[in-house]
Amino acid sequence: MLAYARRFLPGFVLLGFLSVGCLKSAVAIPAFARKYGLPCSACHETWPKLNVFGQTFKDNGYQLMNDRDSPIWQNPSYWPITLRITPNWHRESTNRVPIDEAGGAEQRITAHGFDLSGLDILTGGTLYNNISFLLVPSSDNTGAFHFESAWARFDNLLKSPWLNVKMGKFELDNVISEKRIETISNNGGFYQLYHFVPVGDNNAFGAIGDNQLGVEVGGHSLNDRTRYSVSVLSSNDGNVGLPSNSYSTFVTASQAFDTGKLGVDRVGAYVFAGKAPTFNLNSGGVPVSGGARGNKSFHREGVFGLFYVKKLDFSLFYQHGWDNEFFGTSTPADGTPLPPGAQAPTWNGGFIETHYTVNPQMIFIQRSEWVRMSRQPLASNPSDLGDIDAYTFGYRWYPFMFSRAGFAFHNEYSIVRQKRAALSGLNLTNSSLMFGFDFDF
Amino acid sequence: MRTKCNQAKWVLLGVALFLTLSAASWAQMTEYQENQLLGMESHVGNLTGHATAGAALYKRFCIGCHGVIGDGEGENAQWIDPKPRNFTIAQFKCRSTPTGTLPLDQDLFDTIGRGISNSNMPQWRPLTAEDKVNLIAYVKHFSTRWTTEKPGTPIEIPPEPEVTADRIKTGQALYKRLECWKCHGVEGRANGPSADTLQDDQNRPIKPFNFHDNTKFKCGSTDRDLYRIFMTGLDGTPMPSFADNIKPDEAWDLVFYLRSLQPMHSKEKAIAKQLGLKPIDPNAPAPNAPASQPENK
Repeated sequence: MLAYARRFLPGFVLLGFLSVGCLKSAVAIPAFARKYGLPCSACHETWPKLNVFGQTFKDNGYQLMNDRDSPIWQNPSYWPITLRITPNWHRESTNRVPIDEAGGAEQRITAHGFDLSGLDILTGGTLYNNISFLLVPSSDNTGAFHFESAWARFDNLLKSPWLNVKMGKFELDNVISEKRIETISNNGGFYQLYHFVPVGDNNAFGAIGDNQLGVEVGGHSLNDRTRYSVSVLSSNDGNVGLPSNSYSTFVTASQAFDTGKLGVDRVGAYVFAGKAPTFNLNSGGVPVSGGARGNKSFHREGVFGLFYVKKLDFSLFYQHGWDNEFFGTSTPADGTPLPPGAQAPTWNGGFIETHYTVNPQMIFIQRSEWVRMSRQPLASNPSDLGDIDAYTFGYRWYPFMFSRAGFAFHNEYSIVRQKRAALSGLNLTNSSLMFGFDFDF
Repeated sequence: MRTKCNQAKWVLLGVALFLTLSAASWAQMTEYQENQLLGMESHVGNLTGHATAGAALYKRFCIGCHGVIGDGEGENAQWIDPKPRNFTIAQFKCRSTPTGTLPLDQDLFDTIGRGISNSNMPQWRPLTAEDKVNLIAYVKHFSTRWTTEKPGTPIEIPPEPEVTADRIKTGQALYKRLECWKCHGVEGRANGPSADTLQDDQNRPIKPFNFHDNTKFKCGSTDRDLYRIFMTGLDGTPMPSFADNIKPDEAWDLVFYLRSLQPMHSKEKAIAKQLGLKPIDPNAPAPNAPASQPENK
C-alpha cells in the first residue's frame, strides 16, 4: 500500500498544488471600499490580509455600524461585485516524478511560462441592516466554476454582537485566514497544515482550510478583542449534493490585547473534530448519492497567535492532528480488515509567518512551516515518512491605494520538501517561482 | 502699436511672474507651517499622541474622505453625504466645550471611537488608544487654531433628575417655545417649515435629526449626550447652543420630551402615552404669559 501511495503521491501533490493554486479564493473586496468610501488600507494591512479594523468589519457582518449599512443607502446602480485574477509567469519544479516513458524511473519535471490564476467573483455585503451575505462563484484557470462561498448571516441578534448566525458554505473561522493569505504561488498559496494528511491517509474531510457547508454561531465583543465561533458542518469537505450523512464541528475562540505602541496582539485556540465516511455504496458501479458509509472520526486542534511589533508582525500556528486508523490506511470500514500494524496516525506541526509592512503599499513576507509525524498509519513506515518542510518568501508592491480597485505586483518563491514521499523512498521536493499582476476591481 | 503691444506683453508677463512667485512663496509658507505643526501633540488620560506618529495612520484610515490636507475633500468626499469634516477650520460638532470653542482631545478621542451615526464616519473602536491619540494629534496639525487657542472649559452636566409627567410636559412647552419644531417638525419628524432650507456653514444642505428614525444621535446615544448637544450645539450646523436660553433643569425636561418622541420603548414614552400627549400646535397661544423668544435657535 505504501508503494502504491508513493507511486501516485508526486502526481497527486502536483495536481493538488495546481488545484489549490487555481482554486484559491482570497477575499479583498473593493466593492466594500466603494460602498463606504474607504481606502483598501482601512481594512487591510495590505490586501488581502485584514487588520484589526477589517476583522471587526467582517465580524460585524460587513457593517461599519454607523446606520449606513443597509443597501437602501446605496445608489441603486451600486453593485457589490469584485473580480480578482492574477496573470502571472511562474516556474514549477518537482524533483522526482515517476515517468512511464522512462520505465517508471523518477525524473525532475520543470515547467514554466505565462499563465493565469483562477478567477474569483466576489459579491458580498448586506441584504438589509444586520443581514449580510457572501457569494463567491470561483473558477479554476480553465474557467470551470464552482461555489467557493455562499452564505447569509443574521448579525447582532438580540441586539448583541455576541450572537450571529451564518448558514451556507463558508470559510472556517480561522483568524489566520488562508483566504487572505499574502502568498499565492502554487506551493506557497496555502498553509500545509490546513490541508495536511499523512502519506497513505485518505481523509479528505479534515482540512480546516477548505470552505465547508454548515451553520456557524459566532460572536465578539464590541471592539472585537474577544471573539468565538462554533460551527456544525456536514463532513463532505464543502461538496454539494449530500454526499454523506455525517457531521463535524469547528470551535475557536481568541482574545486580543492592546500592547501599547506595538499594536494589537491576539492569541487563540481551535478544535476541529468529527466523523466522516470511509467508503461509498455503489449501484451498478456508480456511487450512490447519500451512500457514504463507514464513518470514522478525526480531529485537529491547536493554538495560534498574531503578534505585532509596530511594522513587523508574526502569525504563529500550531496543530496536533489525529485520524482514525481506517483513514490512515485508506481502509473502508465495511468489514475489510485493517492491514497488519495499522494504527491511528498523529502529527504535530506549525508555522511562523512574518510580515514587514513598510506601508499599506509594500509588504515583505516569509513563512516557515514544518509538519512532523508522531505516529505513522502503519507501524512499519519510516518514522519521518511524509514530514514536511515548507518555506516561502515574497513581497507585494501596490503602486496605488484607493477605494476603487486594487493592484499588486507579486513576486514569490516557495519550496516544499516532503520526506521519503517519492516512489523511490527519497524526499519529494516541489518549488515555485512566481511573478504576477494580482488585481481586483 | 507694435511697441505698445510688446510693452503690454512684458507687463502681463511681469504680473504673471509676480503672482507665480507669490503663490510659490505662500505655498512654501504653508509647508513651513505644516512642518511646525507636525510637532502637535494630543493628551488623553496618560497617553500623549504625536502628529508625526499619526501621519501614517491618517493615510491608512482617513485620507480617502478627509483629504490629504485635511480639508474634507478626499477622493471620496464627492460621494459622501454628509460631507467629511474639514479639519483646517478646527470646527467640530461633538464637543463637551461651549459653542465656538475648540474641543478637548478627549472629545475627539470619543468621536473617533464612537463614529458618527448616519454618516460615513465609522466606529474606529478596534484601533488602539495609542493609535487614536496619534491620529488626534495629526488631525490637530491641520489647523493653526490649535496653536493660538485653548480648548473651551467643558460644560457641567448636573445629575439626571427623575423623569415625571410634569417634566415631559415642560419639555414639550420648551420644544415649542425654543422653536425646535421649525426644523425638527411638530412631531420631531424632521419636517418643520425650515427643514428643507437648512445649510451648514459651508453652504451645503443639511437635514435636521428625525427623532422617529431608530438611529442614534450623532454625538452619543445617552441622555447625557443629548443634554450636551443642547448646551454645546453642533458647531458648523444650524443646531445652536441653548446654553444661554435655558436652565440646566429645563434642558433635562427637553431631553425627556424628545425621548418620548423616539420609537423605542422608554419610560418617557410610556408616560407620554399615559398623558395622551399630542403633537404641539405652533399656532396655539402659550399656556401662561407670553414666553420670551430666543435670539437664536
